[in-house]
Amino acid sequence: MWEYTDKVRDHFMNPRNVGEIANADGVGEVGSLACGDALKLFLKVDDNDRIVEAKFQTFGCASAIASSSALTEMITGLPLDEAAKVTNQDIAEYLGGLPKEKMHCSVMGREALEAAIANYRGIPLPMAEGEVVCECFGVTDLEVKRAIEENKLQSVEEITNFTKAGGGCGKCLPRLEEILREARHETKPLILDQRPGRLTTLQKIKRIEELLEREVRPALRKDGGDIELIDVDGDYVIVSLRGACGTCKKSQTTLKEYVEKKLREQVLDTLIVEEGK
Amino acid sequence: MNTVYMDNNATTRVAPEVVEVMLPYYSELYGNPSSMHTFGGQVGRVVEEARGKIASLLGARPDEIIFTSCGTESDSTAILSALQSFPEKRHIVTTRVEHPAVKNLCESLDKLTGHKHRITQLPVNSDGTLDLALYEESLGDETAIVSAMWANNETGVIFPIKEMARIAKSRGILFHTDAVQAVGKIPIDLSQVPIDFLSLSGHKLHAPKGIGVLYVRKGTPFVPFIIGGHQEHGRRGGTENVASIVGLGKACELAARQMHAENTKVKTLRDKLENGLLATIPSSLLNGHKTMRLPNTTNISFEYVEGEAILLHLDRFGICASSGSACTSGSLEPSHVMRAMGVPFTAAHGSIRLSLSVYNTEAEVDFVLEKLPPIIAQLREMSPFWKSEHRGKTGGSQCKCSCS
Repeated sequence: MWEYTDKVRDHFMNPRNVGEIANADGVGEVGSLACGDALKLFLKVDDNDRIVEAKFQTFGCASAIASSSALTEMITGLPLDEAAKVTNQDIAEYLGGLPKEKMHCSVMGREALEAAIANYRGIPLPMAEGEVVCECFGVTDLEVKRAIEENKLQSVEEITNFTKAGGGCGKCLPRLEEILREARHETKPLILDQRPGRLTTLQKIKRIEELLEREVRPALRKDGGDIELIDVDGDYVIVSLRGACGTCKKSQTTLKEYVEKKLREQVLDTLIVEEGK
Repeated sequence: MNTVYMDNNATTRVAPEVVEVMLPYYSELYGNPSSMHTFGGQVGRVVEEARGKIASLLGARPDEIIFTSCGTESDSTAILSALQSFPEKRHIVTTRVEHPAVKNLCESLDKLTGHKHRITQLPVNSDGTLDLALYEESLGDETAIVSAMWANNETGVIFPIKEMARIAKSRGILFHTDAVQAVGKIPIDLSQVPIDFLSLSGHKLHAPKGIGVLYVRKGTPFVPFIIGGHQEHGRRGGTENVASIVGLGKACELAARQMHAENTKVKTLRDKLENGLLATIPSSLLNGHKTMRLPNTTNISFEYVEGEAILLHLDRFGICASSGSACTSGSLEPSHVMRAMGVPFTAAHGSIRLSLSVYNTEAEVDFVLEKLPPIIAQLREMSPFWKSEHRGKTGGSQCKCSCS
């Protein structure tokens, strides 16, 4: 169960300013049914560019409804220029905070407000101009960048909490990481994940073969033994001991203490060496 | 405020009769069933009595019953056992609508075992049923195990486990069923259904949380999951959860006695609730097959509204239900069951599951029938899609959810 503040619960149970304004001066629509939440904001603006009335229609969860309701209360009576400065943080604070997974509801409120103001002023919506990064939820790179800057986001998970980007199929996660790095002016690429778990099967086999040829076989041959690689299956390296090793009682120790240890040190620390029967 | 509990597929009330028989094992009868002395030995006997009652509900032999800590442990034990028994077989057949206990396990097997496994997740029809021909085609020589739920937790849809098990059996493939939602709600007779493993969970049938069972057919190869002492004949280490085992035994005895009521009284209440909601609320649709379904479960989608908002309004009246909406699934997309069934996204976010038990009354059903329609009407009044001419689409959205 989500932990909602009393103020969120109040705005959800008793939402203010629900409905349409018949001849609204500005209308802003964001979200869609497929995405799971959507907000349509209506503004009535007087001759002095002041918002005299704001109404909303919302499809979504409790925090989406509460954020919309709070937004209309916050902007009614404000000059447009002032209203335009309202951020998603302001909406969340007005409600006494939102669960972090629900921050995107406050972002939706802010975006609807921008859309409504742009509609009133007859200008294109700047945020929609960007390149769509997350196709599942239709989020542009500009929206992501702004969320990072304004909310000082530190991780891709936070980007998802605030914008929903990356919360669907997950294909855009690498791109989000890139945007995050750029936004935080970290030009240097992240340290590449060098965990050997990333080896492809072929790379793994090649490295095992190389190591066996280079170090293991010469060492065993000194004692009249030998080793042959039979198969590599996942982390299991199946080998056959030859020559003196084949009959040596200590061959199991050799296998585990020497061969497996070498392979783990130099190829992959999860490898398990077993003797093929 | 009274609680109207209609979330019995999540968990159930522990039956008062069950609590009563459990209590002595938390106080004076604290012996260890493995002990040699009479004091412990008497506890060992009640564990065996309970085993007998559970076996009898399932049409099984007592020595085919292994106590575990929960349904999830039973699922993990069964599947990992099969993979270890047949290490050369690297294929598993399951369905797209399994509980996370099976679904997430199957998706993590490569990491767990260090081997690559091929997982076939069978699709379901729009009413949540399986295509048997497709199932049969999916089986191969390299298939180690089939794992399919007996009944779905979200929709209550029942899979043809008997036929599926027979097909697997004829091909020499092990068969596991997660019957957590089915046991106690529909008759199960394992002497007639050739499955190898069955998982059940105590708290879904009025026993406490923290006790589960894995049925393993006699003769089925078995490799334990929890290794330790000789408990359960070495098939599951760990000192027995005696009080809960006794409770589960009692719960199974009650379930056998109440099976008829479950399928008459509870079903009648469910049908009244379901028909009432579908009749009074426009643009509402049933998720799941109308008849091939558990008698206690109904899952209805209310178009153009969102599930979490419905739940919170119901909560205000003490009504407990659950939803497959994105906001309640812990992710940003609706439940995997709704998506697998291809429920249109106008409806997927507004799905509500009401699951009843023998403790529900007609007055409670009437109460929900009175409270829920105005909640839906109020939320729709607020929804930009309800009266709009372009239902389901607002201008400018580029959303291409995979749930569509």
